[in-house]
Amino acid sequence: MRFSYYPGCTLKTKAKELNNYALKCVEALGLDVKEIEEWQCCGAVYPQARDEIATKLSAVRTLNYAKGEDGKLLTLCSACHNVLKRVNEDMISDANVRLKANNYLQLEEEYAGETEVIHYLEMLRDYVGWDNLKAKVVNPLKGVKIGAYYGCLLLRPSKVMAFDNPENPTIIEDFIKAIGATPVVYPYRNECCGAYVSLDEPAISKKKSNAILDSASANGADMVITACPLCMYNLKHMGDSVVDVKYFTEILAEALGVKED
Amino acid sequence: MEDKYLLSDVKRYSGTDTSACMRCGKCSGRCPAYNDMDIKPHQFVTLIERGDIEKLMQSKSIWTCLSCMACVERCPRNVAPAQVIEAVRDAVVRQQYANKIKAEDIPAKIDETIPQQLLVSAFRKYNK
Ligand code: SF4
Ligand code: SF4
Repeated sequence: MRFSYYPGCTLKTKAKELNNYALKCVEALGLDVKEIEEWQCCGAVYPQARDEIATKLSAVRTLNYAKGEDGKLLTLCSACHNVLKRVNEDMISDANVRLKANNYLQLEEEYAGETEVIHYLEMLRDYVGWDNLKAKVVNPLKGVKIGAYYGCLLLRPSKVMAFDNPENPTIIEDFIKAIGATPVVYPYRNECCGAYVSLDEPAISKKKSNAILDSASANGADMVITACPLCMYNLKHMGDSVVDVKYFTEILAEALGVKED
Repeated sequence: MEDKYLLSDVKRYSGTDTSACMRCGKCSGRCPAYNDMDIKPHQFVTLIERGDIEKLMQSKSIWTCLSCMACVERCPRNVAPAQVIEAVRDAVVRQQYANKIKAEDIPAKIDETIPQQLLVSAFRKYNK
């Protein structure tokens, strides 16, 4: 079974590590992951207004491409995942969006949300399994205390994202345990980092990011991990770095012993 | 006249039934941008019901909402305050010359560390 992989713009530029470590790890785990050809930017944020069509088309193109492969679209960036999954839901449940998007794209066969959008963490949980992952760890991160930073995009809106319990998620803590480290649960792990508002109102993102880092640090975390380049930017550059912030794929690569290859 | 159409358009493309709101305030209680908002999420829902679109279009909140969807998650009546806020913001930026940020503003705001995703997100939210 092949996963069609959608990296997105930022993973090819400012968040290369997130992407490169992820690819080393799928190789080590023996998964068949192939990057989508000629992908375009997903649009970065899901357009919520019901009459937005054109801003969803590039996501539909990506979804349709994966349908033509094995129907499994693998995402890694939290924002891309949120956009692709929500647009896919529109193609299933919003007849107006479906009709107009198909009219624009003139595909050979109508696209109606057939593709399954799977985040990298979901792939680890549902297709690899925590026990299997644990068995492949050569360098367990013993004694390292890690706070999972979920943020918003993976979890909400939970009716569509269906990623985990939006108020009390466990998937990243399970991941942390599987690689031999100790998860630190802290209250702000699913709070917003300030998102795109940091461009125009950096003070807001500073406040939000520091509240998250302070909460993780007060609960004993040595570092927090994220799947999102925007969260990474806000936490690292807006926050006052009371704890280190890393991409989860970096510590996965470390645990699997492929970080330096 | 124009306002009447504008109001019904915004209500329609917000895609949420604001008449179901029971004014419990849970959305605002959960909102991480609450302190940075002049009109709070639950007030958006009430004011759109009352038809006070002008007031909403001038509010600061449309620029400080983080689209985090926490309000949507918490609402016991299946109302989506975030979608009302976005619909009002769209009503503003879809007007001529009403973009919050313009391409020429960008160079002064960026440095080596800013991810593309942040720029595209902000542009999609603040510019049409
Ligand atoms: S989406 Fe906006 S209004 Fe809703 S909780 Fe988040 S910041 Fe507040
Ligand atoms: S949580 Fe829902 S019902 Fe309660 S005030 Fe907000 S929109 Fe209204």
